[in-house]
Amino acid sequence: MTVSDPKHDIPEGAREKDQITTDPSQASQRMRAGSMTMTLAPWLIAIVVLVFLPMVFTNNSALTIMNQMSITIVFALAYNMLLGQGGMLSFGHAVYAGVGGFACMHIMNMSDFFESMPLVILPIFGGLFGMGLAMIVGSFSTRSAGTVFAMISLGVGELIAACSVIIVAFFGGEEGISGDRTYAQPFFGVEFLQQIEVYYLTIAWLVISAALMYLWSRTPVGRMANAVRDNPERAEFLGYSSRWVRYYSFIASGFFCGIAGGLFAINYEILTEENLNTTSSGVILLVTFLGGVGFFFGPIIGAIAFTLLQTVLSLSTELWAFYAGVLFVATVMFFPGGLAGLLMMHVPVFKLGKARTLFIPYLKTLLPGAIGLLGLAALVEMTFHFRHAATGDDEMTIFWTTFNSHEVLPWVIAIAVTAIGLGITKATAPALRDAWNEANTAGGAS
Amino acid sequence: MKNITKLGAVSALSLLIGASAAFAENIKIAFIDPLSGPFASTGTNGLHQFEFAADYMVNQKGGLLDGQMMEVIGFDNKISPKESLIQLQVAIDQGVRFIVQGNSSGVANALTEAIDKHNKRNPDSRVLFLNYAAVDPALTNDKCNFWHFRFDANADIKMDALTDVIAQDEALKKIYIIGQDYSFGKAVSAAANSMLGAKRPDIEIVGDELHPIGKVKDFTPYARKIVSSGADAVITGNWGADMLGLGKSIIENGFEGPIYTYYAAGSGITGAFGESGKNRIRLISQGGINPIASDEARATYEAFEAKYPEGNIDQSRIFNVIGMLGQAITEAGTSTDVVAIGTKLEGMEYDSMWGGKLFMRPQDHQLIQDMHVAVHTDENLDFDYDNSGFGVVTETTIEMASMDSPTTCEMKRP
Amino acid sequence: MDLILVNLIDGLVTGLLLFMLSAGLTLIFSMMGVLNFAHASFYMLGAYFAYQISIALGFWMGLLIAPILVGVLGAGVERYGLRRVHQYGHVPELIFTFGLALLIEEMVQFIWGKNQMAYSVPEVLNFTAFAISGNSIPAYKIFMIFISIGIFIGLLYVLTKTRVGMIIQAALSYPRTVEALGHNVPLIFMGVFGVGTALAGLAGVIAGPVLGTFPGMAFVLGSIVFVTIVIGGLGSLWGALVASLLIGWITTFAKSYNIEMEGILNAIGISTPEDLSESVFRDFWSLTSPQIADILPYILMVLILIFRPAGLFGKRQS
Repeated sequence: MTVSDPKHDIPEGAREKDQITTDPSQASQRMRAGSMTMTLAPWLIAIVVLVFLPMVFTNNSALTIMNQMSITIVFALAYNMLLGQGGMLSFGHAVYAGVGGFACMHIMNMSDFFESMPLVILPIFGGLFGMGLAMIVGSFSTRSAGTVFAMISLGVGELIAACSVIIVAFFGGEEGISGDRTYAQPFFGVEFLQQIEVYYLTIAWLVISAALMYLWSRTPVGRMANAVRDNPERAEFLGYSSRWVRYYSFIASGFFCGIAGGLFAINYEILTEENLNTTSSGVILLVTFLGGVGFFFGPIIGAIAFTLLQTVLSLSTELWAFYAGVLFVATVMFFPGGLAGLLMMHVPVFKLGKARTLFIPYLKTLLPGAIGLLGLAALVEMTFHFRHAATGDDEMTIFWTTFNSHEVLPWVIAIAVTAIGLGITKATAPALRDAWNEANTAGGAS
Repeated sequence: MKNITKLGAVSALSLLIGASAAFAENIKIAFIDPLSGPFASTGTNGLHQFEFAADYMVNQKGGLLDGQMMEVIGFDNKISPKESLIQLQVAIDQGVRFIVQGNSSGVANALTEAIDKHNKRNPDSRVLFLNYAAVDPALTNDKCNFWHFRFDANADIKMDALTDVIAQDEALKKIYIIGQDYSFGKAVSAAANSMLGAKRPDIEIVGDELHPIGKVKDFTPYARKIVSSGADAVITGNWGADMLGLGKSIIENGFEGPIYTYYAAGSGITGAFGESGKNRIRLISQGGINPIASDEARATYEAFEAKYPEGNIDQSRIFNVIGMLGQAITEAGTSTDVVAIGTKLEGMEYDSMWGGKLFMRPQDHQLIQDMHVAVHTDENLDFDYDNSGFGVVTETTIEMASMDSPTTCEMKRP
Repeated sequence: MDLILVNLIDGLVTGLLLFMLSAGLTLIFSMMGVLNFAHASFYMLGAYFAYQISIALGFWMGLLIAPILVGVLGAGVERYGLRRVHQYGHVPELIFTFGLALLIEEMVQFIWGKNQMAYSVPEVLNFTAFAISGNSIPAYKIFMIFISIGIFIGLLYVLTKTRVGMIIQAALSYPRTVEALGHNVPLIFMGVFGVGTALAGLAGVIAGPVLGTFPGMAFVLGSIVFVTIVIGGLGSLWGALVASLLIGWITTFAKSYNIEMEGILNAIGISTPEDLSESVFRDFWSLTSPQIADILPYILMVLILIFRPAGLFGKRQS
């Protein structure tokens, strides 16, 4: 029997060279420490895609819509600094973007000053004004969290929106404030007359803002915001003041909202009361939630999806708001992690290398499901058309087919398609569930 | 992950946009107004009138020039200036040359500037802006430009006609002015004050009030003030739910005199006022409906009613827009050179089926036409509104109202 | 003097209407901790249902049946929607009600169209009850006052004097304990939600003829109801009543009397600047009380939240 000598026979795993220590001078170990670095790959791919996107979609309206998406992305990311990372639900957040935007419009109209500066730095001023307003409001609103904070933000938001029609000097009343962006100092010869030039300016700011916000979330104050969100009392035990952490998050969020406002000013050259009102605040809340508050890139997805819904879908149907409402309710009820949550659910599957096993079950269930949903949408559209269209205006077009909504045959087809689609979905759902469980289990044995 | 989703989403967008750019030969008119949301009914009614006018007046007669048909495409701007600018871009990319809009002077202001800038920066895709209902005077004064043409009388012209009628009524000594607190309401108030002061200095303005737009749920306190001021008549520019609420409240709370309005008819308002507004509510507007101005107008209205039994022709100027545009295109011989068409439009004289002559003033692109003051009643109607049995009957007509009124417009022509 | 009396009555009507809406909402909040953004949508549904019923069966049947329908709908929403979402936390619940409000508005437009409905006061009440120096008080308003007071007394009685009320009050504060005692707390929650929304529906039935029945009516009233319950104190019925009346009277009096900012500032010694149209503060100088009447409640709410976050009568801070 071998006698183990505690002094010389150190068991495996306890030897010094097996210890998992962190040596900050080694780059490979720095990620473990959770420092300020970030993986560069997704960002570089995103930048490349953004730069080459206009070559795929060349017409001006596509560029305008992509600009709108970019502005909404910046705004939604700034909003998520409060909602997702800080746990602070703010109802009147559009005012910070709005005020930043209005300030930029006024600067555009101050011809002497504006002509001496290049257009590209204009959003910074928007950010500063947004930050200023956030400093004022945050001084009393961030004293508490939760419902009181939400209600104060609602009150302040409504107040400022209501004042915007009264204070005509700053907000321009009903017509808002308009200006011309082409009078700035040309930036390397570019005067921003064309939509494509504005696009590149916007995405440059988008990338810079997103990167800055990501880095913010990695700083101590950003990390503490997460802690304060989850358990303010314990955060205080660590010595941080939850009130001040909330306040700093609020100010930072206000700054980036202001940048979004400045980008809006550059893009549309007009700001009106709608940039401040509760509807805009409500929309950004829905957008962020739809994308998913738990992940940094969630609001990005939400912003893209919602802009498509609002601008592109509204070209095809009058009922886009109805579909938006259904989508939101469905998101909350069935996948509250948002679209990002749905995507990230698949990460374990990818890590286990079992993604391929899910492909067929998804096809079998989701494809009929999609067809069933489209059939439902067709039924909804037909009912609406039947009820509300003018007499004699019997024809309607949906999914590239024109037909008469007063005849029985289209209804029969639509109902049949819906029933078959949903029926198949229901039948194959258990198989999908089994496949999902299987894909999430490590190892080959079941 | 985010890039892939971004790519996928934007490809869907391209498909949709690509699919819609199919038509090439038609003369396309983009109707940019609210088709959803709280103002959807006014917007949808307007779209129906445009579609009908294009079909009835132009397409059924063989189209324009060498058989080109007019096509009206609706774009929902949800009453938002930002959305309007996006839809403007979408429309231009679809090959539209003529933009029509009218609901909300705020949107009109945004559009006129955007179109001016676009035409300057993109000379090969210029568009014209045919404003059929936005009455902010600034659009044909400080903010005028060559591409904008206004087909409705602006707020000042309407007030001029209205005050002419009021001035003739000796029994009116005290007037109360109330409106929505924004540029239009303020313009109405300013015009009323100055014009009444000039035409009847003996009239006392006993109240001059602005209320928040779209926010007042209960107009009772305002109605109380009106009654207790001893006013003989009320002037208001309110529209939509604000007009309905104000009018009902005033009448319910004991006011006995006439109420002079800009927009108290159509879109359910006539039906909602019904008996209570009879012989009380007056409307300043263009276009003779009762009595119907011509046989052609009668035939048009009857055809419209056959197609849209629930609709009203409450914006007959829409037909004037189509008519004048058609005439300009024919005279210019082109449907794509908007400078030529615009040049034909300004200074054009046109005989409207709704009565009288129309003249597009070249100095500010403001249409000059007959203005009527009509009364809400159920007697002597050719056509009622909202299937309610009530309509508006012309009491007084002012011909070619404000033909020589001044303007601050300094138009730069291309 | 007479005008003050008239304004008192008008403010009373507005305030009581607001109370009917906020009573249900404050009860629902104190029970579930969720701000029901769809509350004003149930108000709208009440008006539309009553309109539809009144076409076939008359106003009074509408008054009877519509609130019940809305209450049943509300209970269903709680049972099948909110309960499911409750597990995810407060923010998803809120977003759910938000999305629900949007959905209800779209459904209403889908079914009834976008125009205003011709829902009017019943003939039997369509006369002037009495007049005070030329200002007539319609009988319908008196009817509104009586119904609202009746509801308040009824609610108060049920909550404080009956056994069910006691259980509800207990469940509002200590649901787990009440459950441990054997009461069916989920059923109570469903019931309270149903009654709350039925109250909102009743407010809609009554207010529809006066304030107009159109798809935007929920949006117009939505935020002011939240302001009311926050000022009154979340969860307090008396608070809801006091806050509603306060807001009703403040807004009515502010609109009736043209108190000008210029007058106030002059009185405290600041004289009007020479060229008002060029001054940056010109809008501030030309402010009159009717302009800001509708935003006074928001100012009040922000002040209360800063200095007394529990509200006027609030029992607990959440």
